[in-house]
Amino acid sequence: MSRFGSPAAGVVVQAGAITRQSTVWAGSHQAPILDAARLALTRDLQLAFRKRGQLVQPLAFFAMVTMLFPLAISPELARLREIAPGVLWAGALLASLLALEFLFRDDAYDGTLEQYALSGQSLTWLMFAKTAAHWLLTGLPLALMAPLAALSLGVSAAAVPGIVVSVAVGSVALSLIGSIGAALTLGIKRSGALLSLLTLPLSLPVLIFGARATQLAISGGPLLAPLELLAALVVLGVTLAPLAAAAAVRISLE
Amino acid sequence: MTWTWFHRLGSPPYVYGLATRLTPWFAWPAALLIIGGLWGGLVLAPPDYQQGDGFRIIYVHAPSAWMSLMVYTTMAIAAAVGLIWRIKVAHAVAASCAPIGASFTFAALVTGALWGEPMWGTYWEWDPRLTSELILLFLYLGYMGLRAGLEDTQRADRASAVLAVVGVVNVPIIHYSVTWWNSLHQAPSVMRLAKPTMAASMLVPLLMMLLGFTLFFGAVLLVRLRGEVLNRERSASWIREIVST
Repeated sequence: MSRFGSPAAGVVVQAGAITRQSTVWAGSHQAPILDAARLALTRDLQLAFRKRGQLVQPLAFFAMVTMLFPLAISPELARLREIAPGVLWAGALLASLLALEFLFRDDAYDGTLEQYALSGQSLTWLMFAKTAAHWLLTGLPLALMAPLAALSLGVSAAAVPGIVVSVAVGSVALSLIGSIGAALTLGIKRSGALLSLLTLPLSLPVLIFGARATQLAISGGPLLAPLELLAALVVLGVTLAPLAAAAAVRISLE
Repeated sequence: MTWTWFHRLGSPPYVYGLATRLTPWFAWPAALLIIGGLWGGLVLAPPDYQQGDGFRIIYVHAPSAWMSLMVYTTMAIAAAVGLIWRIKVAHAVAASCAPIGASFTFAALVTGALWGEPMWGTYWEWDPRLTSELILLFLYLGYMGLRAGLEDTQRADRASAVLAVVGVVNVPIIHYSVTWWNSLHQAPSVMRLAKPTMAASMLVPLLMMLLGFTLFFGAVLLVRLRGEVLNRERSASWIREIVST
């Protein structure tokens, strides 16, 4: 991969812009944290849209996993409808795990993470921004694609809103938990298996409540209770995960 | 109040000596309690009126399950101490805990499966306790995997400490979500031994085993800690003095 003429050039310019601004802010003792976070978010989104191929990979993976089950179990829609929540959530969990690789890898390569850590801005907020961008790029598309997969498993169209909401909320929690694992395994070569070993056990509550909400959406039951538990996990994740991820990034930069 | 006793715990030679001296104080009571508890549990205690002799596996199963959680807590506390005050010895304690805890968890799973076969008619039941025990095993394996993946000891210490602290926040959430998940899918099918209804002749050996296992963990931890300290300080001069004497 050539480092010139690729999006990496954009990274340097953007990262430079952030550090330049941070020196101005540091003088005023009133660092507009949200501005830095917003810049980091837009930068991640811009970079991602220059590599559209990478964005499609987790989605294609999700579709493939969904396809495995009818082939492996049976093409009978009645049976598939029963296992659909599990299939959707196992697929979403694996796809979000696959997408975690993109969260920090490029930024660790080209030194952007170091610039973030040195910028004088709150690394916690920058990690939050990066995780938010990651969710917009992987979690949200997954949530939008989940109904498609669900319909192919014989689920009725009435369940679509419930499925979209539960996958959308649950994937926020998955992105937040994953950001800790991805930050901890920074710099470890071929860390894929280790990353899944770290992240999957911590993600199981999301899987349980998410699959339950989806199941209730499909059967037409009241799905508010598991959704609220998912939202509680998201709130806990939003408050704690960026802190842990920032600490992990600092450790990996030492 | 003076804090010198605490500060001395940060010094590897002092901790090495302390661990050497303390080991027998843990090992001998542990051996006596475990032998006594096994004798009481396997020979003296009457067979359970429902489970017959099968219940006796509780004397290994329950202490192992108890230790699997206690070792994780110890590990997380040691890791947090190491992370906050940057004490290398605390990280060494956390690192020594992980394989012991994983072994206890594995023992609890195996004995649980062996117990399940005669009682439930199946080796594995997706019982909430068994399931959260299995997840705990994966948490231990992840911790050990992360340590193994990072070459630099200091980085491995600090990164794995963050993981241990994150894990300890998650353990209750995982436990309750698994319990909740299970209660939705199946009604509890097995009568369990509740502690207050246990006869004293059954309960006393169990408590002896619990205490014995805890002390056994202390002894193994001290031995592992010595190895860990030796490995970390292998280029220090005080090691040469110890080895030459």
